[in-house]
Amino acid sequence: MLAGEAGEAPRLAMSILSRVAPLYRAASLIEVSRAHVDGCIYEGEAGLAFAERLAAAGGKVRVPTSLNVVSLDRARWSQLGQDATFADRARRLGEAYLAMGAKPSFTCAPYQTDESPAFGEQIAWSESNAVAFANSVIGARTNRYGDYLDISCAITGRAPAAGLHLSENRRGTHWFQIHGVSESLEERADFYPVLGYLLGSLCPSGIPVVDGLQRNPSDDDLKSLCAAAATSGAIALLHLVGVTPEASTLTEAFGGHVKPAARTISLAELQRTRRSLTTSSTYSLDVVAFGSPHSSLAECRELAALTRGRSAATGIQVFVTTSAAVRAIADRVGILAELERFGATVTADTCIAVAPLVKSGARVLMTNSAKYAHYGPGLIGVESVFGSTEECIESAVAGKVVVDSGAWE
Amino acid sequence: MGVKNRTWTGIPLVAGIAEGLIVASDEPLSLWGGLDPETGSVIDRRHSLVGIRVSGAVLSLPFGRGSCSASGVLLEAIHQNTAPAAFIVSEIDPIIGLGAILGDELLDRVVPVILMRDEDRRSIPAGIRVRIERDGLVKAV
Repeated sequence: MLAGEAGEAPRLAMSILSRVAPLYRAASLIEVSRAHVDGCIYEGEAGLAFAERLAAAGGKVRVPTSLNVVSLDRARWSQLGQDATFADRARRLGEAYLAMGAKPSFTCAPYQTDESPAFGEQIAWSESNAVAFANSVIGARTNRYGDYLDISCAITGRAPAAGLHLSENRRGTHWFQIHGVSESLEERADFYPVLGYLLGSLCPSGIPVVDGLQRNPSDDDLKSLCAAAATSGAIALLHLVGVTPEASTLTEAFGGHVKPAARTISLAELQRTRRSLTTSSTYSLDVVAFGSPHSSLAECRELAALTRGRSAATGIQVFVTTSAAVRAIADRVGILAELERFGATVTADTCIAVAPLVKSGARVLMTNSAKYAHYGPGLIGVESVFGSTEECIESAVAGKVVVDSGAWE
Repeated sequence: MGVKNRTWTGIPLVAGIAEGLIVASDEPLSLWGGLDPETGSVIDRRHSLVGIRVSGAVLSLPFGRGSCSASGVLLEAIHQNTAPAAFIVSEIDPIIGLGAILGDELLDRVVPVILMRDEDRRSIPAGIRVRIERDGLVKAV
């Protein structure tokens, strides 16, 4: 491929891949059976030029390839008020990846779609939350593949034979024990993004092993935990003892090796972490957002139940960001209509961190997502308030920040 | 005692020649949500370098963190001439390294990335001007 005998696109992809492989300390490449591409988020002209160059050269993915969010809602960008020039570039970028044979999944939660890998499968995934979920919760094997290495892996069907593709690199490096946390706190959905955000900051480049959880988290709990851990740190794999597939016991989580000393995670630390996700110091509110990572159908259904018979205050923008596939099912079963009656805008294909959907002049965003809360000030230009799903809904209705963190204090 | 001509030895992850003022932090930085490729300024409000323009600087960090989109952000910054002149990191960071390799492959512009032991990296004073050689040598000029 490197010599160009397979064409210009495989040559360029293989050239990038073979130069990056040593950074992963890989002496060779391995075959992967699927890819997830993050490069379809519009970052600027250079990324668009790269994708269109590969597509124009006849580049085709060699393995089933799902696409991350794009920077527009492909069906509704105009009614959402997206700028036509920006939307056109964002659309062209998505089209270039589709022309290369990628699937129009357009979601940051590909593990909740048909594109989800199996345990032990070697894959080349991008999107930090998806990487953490695939490795940790499913037990598939991938490193964090950044923009535009992801499409290079998809076109070549290869990845560096290193890091988390290899069994010996998947054992835990740090041991965390949760102490003094009540089971009722663990039952709250907002416990998991807070725990994840703390893990990412305590162990930013390692493989944390967590024991002491008293109940089995749901898939959506694990989704928010992994996303938060991959936001505050560069975590690509974590083990929850008794929960995740490579950690049925503490011994297995450390691969039979000697455990490092345990580090306790206390309630006080979790409380501090939760407070640190909020940067706003007022009760004023402009935007409420759900869905980073993309809301599942179960999360949409829960939002519909919590908002039934109520409506968001005038002037408050409410976003539920999800995939076109989930939005379509929500539409069929009546959930979409309920959310819209509340005053929510349910977007497909995109999210508020990659597409300018938040109204200009908005100052404060409230969210149940640690990832939205983290990136709010830098990427969206708003102060953040982190809250539970219930607090977010109450705040949307009241038109100001309503806090009820009884279980936390 | 000045630092002029003092040298530090690193390993080039992406080899090239560059010169610039050292901007340093002991906190990892995600370039996505951390660096604005339009302005070259650090925009992560939770980071100690927030508000600092790093275009043309030699950015010294332990490593990058967070998003996979960081390599795309670095490529855009290189395209818009707002990127740092070079990076010095203490852990192999495939995402920053990838962004620099993309700049070389796609735009023919090299932003060197130098790997250095953390204690050595931290001993390079912020604000001094350094020259980076292809072999990874960092020299105060």
